[in-house]
Amino acid sequence: MGISTEKIIELKNITKTYEDGFTAVSDLNLYVRKGEFVTLLGPSGCGKTTTLRMIAGFDLPTEGEILMNGRNIADLPPYKRPVNTVFQRYALFPHMNIYENIAFGLRQKKLPGDVISKKVKHVLDLVDLEGFESRSVSTLSGGQQQRVAIARALVNEPEILLLDEPLGALDLKMRKEMQLELKEMHERLGITFIYVTHDQEEALTMSDIIVVMSKGKIQQIGTPEDIYNEPKNVFVADFIGESNLFNGIMTGPMKARFCGAEFDCVDDVETGTYITAVVRPEDVIITAPEEGTITGEVSSVIFKGIHYEIAVVSGKNEILIQSVKAPGVGDRVGMRVNPDNIHIMITGDNTNYFMADILPDFRLAINGKRLDTSVTKIIRGSSRRPDGTLTDSSGEVIDPKKTRIMIAISPFDIRMTDQVDEGLIDGYISNLVYKGDHYSYVIRTEQGHDFMVADEYLWNMGDHVGLIMPVEKMSFTLKK
Amino acid sequence: MSVFKFSRKSLGIPYAVFLVLFVALPLLVLFYFAFTNGQGHFTFANLKGFFTNPNALGTLCYSFAVAAVTTAVCLLLAYPTAYFLASGAFRREGVLLLLFIMPMWINFSLRITALKEILTVIEGNLARYPFLNAVVGMTYDFLPFMILPIYNTISRLDNSLIEAAKDLGADDRSAFLKVTLPLSMPGVISGVSMVFLPAMTNYVVLDMLYNSTYIMGSLIGSYFSAYNWHGGSMIALVLLAIIIVFTLLTGRNEDDGTPGTGGALL
Repeated sequence: MGISTEKIIELKNITKTYEDGFTAVSDLNLYVRKGEFVTLLGPSGCGKTTTLRMIAGFDLPTEGEILMNGRNIADLPPYKRPVNTVFQRYALFPHMNIYENIAFGLRQKKLPGDVISKKVKHVLDLVDLEGFESRSVSTLSGGQQQRVAIARALVNEPEILLLDEPLGALDLKMRKEMQLELKEMHERLGITFIYVTHDQEEALTMSDIIVVMSKGKIQQIGTPEDIYNEPKNVFVADFIGESNLFNGIMTGPMKARFCGAEFDCVDDVETGTYITAVVRPEDVIITAPEEGTITGEVSSVIFKGIHYEIAVVSGKNEILIQSVKAPGVGDRVGMRVNPDNIHIMITGDNTNYFMADILPDFRLAINGKRLDTSVTKIIRGSSRRPDGTLTDSSGEVIDPKKTRIMIAISPFDIRMTDQVDEGLIDGYISNLVYKGDHYSYVIRTEQGHDFMVADEYLWNMGDHVGLIMPVEKMSFTLKK
Repeated sequence: MSVFKFSRKSLGIPYAVFLVLFVALPLLVLFYFAFTNGQGHFTFANLKGFFTNPNALGTLCYSFAVAAVTTAVCLLLAYPTAYFLASGAFRREGVLLLLFIMPMWINFSLRITALKEILTVIEGNLARYPFLNAVVGMTYDFLPFMILPIYNTISRLDNSLIEAAKDLGADDRSAFLKVTLPLSMPGVISGVSMVFLPAMTNYVVLDMLYNSTYIMGSLIGSYFSAYNWHGGSMIALVLLAIIIVFTLLTGRNEDDGTPGTGGALL
């Protein structure tokens, strides 16, 4: 595939702030090597399309430089840049036939007619649309229009091909086919591709390098394997593939405590560091209860075709597992994870995650203590019917047994109290560290769940405390 | 159980009645008068009369000239205005568009009377420039009908098409000429047909401007006021034929598969 080390394009300290004050991209630094297939990946609004548009020249950066082969092109108009774009909804010219659409760029360059027709024929062959020259755009299917759009860009032999979610409007089967074709085309032509998508699977399948973006910033740059196996932070871990995220603490050399047990791992992080452990669902091994590092009760089993997706509740944690063998719902199982499948991230953020109980009246409770909120407030559009059941916005009945609610709360929003009963949860202080202006505590409950709490006052190791958690500081996510 | 069942179809009844009473029947009457003489006998004399009457033919040519110049002036004024209103910063404002549409909310005779006063002040004697005044009056009256359809097509244009043109190496000018202009033609055509045809016949504008020149509308009016129903009907029929030919010609152009053609009024 011969990727050279030569940087074809480099974005330096790029910031884009729109007139309304919204900053779509802030201080972005990125380079792409000649011949690479680079994917900008992220949820909508993360700045990936804006970045692409700045490379194409449709948007001008507020600050920063875009160097192309060493020359700053940040302020050049689009028609002076040696790049071409495949648009999200193709943007084919409806008043021209396929031939004229593809010849558009060549005509701008004032090439002689016979050269144009040779080149158009060549790219039509390339995208498997021989003989489509005189067809009109409206007679083509979505997939065919997509091919024309690619041909129209490629015929200009751009140095970089920009693709803005080009497969978004196609159905699943077509998308898979086009993914492979694009990948193959990239390898054959040796042109640099910069691809924008929100589909992590697409990015993992096609790219040499993935750039994960969120809120206008790059979260991680790496090969698909790197991004998947060694996510740098919680966002990447959560966005790429499915993953179990657990807060914990390093308890010894290559030993981490999370999810109510101590696990061996391979990351050498200083003892006492607060960490987030990432465990992919396919890496959790189901064992007999007595053989597992932790145990739990199977709460749901869903058949997904090639594997089962199993949810196991262990204490206040929910563990997602993918396995080809399925236990029965309600079974007690053990679980363990091989040390090299545990990825340790050092995180400043130690948000506590735990599950709420759903009472028959759809109110939420923790350890039998009611919270001043109910499921109806959390599931948007849901309402209670006279017969006592709950329906969602589309009118379907929500089964409280199949619905789980995850609560997230920051350590700074939890208060400790001596009056153990006043707290929603109680436990014993098992660790404390002074963090400059506050102490950071680990409170272990009797079920073995750890809570991180920040407090300005010094408490003693082993103190029995209650944790007061205001409902308004909690955020809820629905898990089905 | 023969209860009247209200279906969607019955919603069309009022319009069907209207159509028969005020469109189909008058047309039949028009045909009858055009091809009969005073005694009620079938004749082609009226048709022959029109095409051998130099006054009538002169009026036809004059009307054509007024309508053509009016349409051209409207187009020249309306296209840049519509383009400007539909693009960029003003697109969402609507206020500016309103400014151009507002004249339509003021009573027509009031508007023309005001125009007459203004023109009198400028020209002194309105009789001095009858052709110019006719064009000015028509343009003033029909300009919004040209702006709106063009504005509608341009504002509905997918911006990514223009970006695609620029991406493929077209500068602003050739992106406009090769993409924006051809794709806004449906709006131009419906604007032209909404201005050209009325401009040939709307003699009320001229009357109110004390304009003594004759256009097709005034010609028909003069035949009818002289109780020459047969001659008048034939002229109306000729005009109708011209309109049909015109519509067929432009209609074919409009129907080339581009979405969002035409652009209705308001």
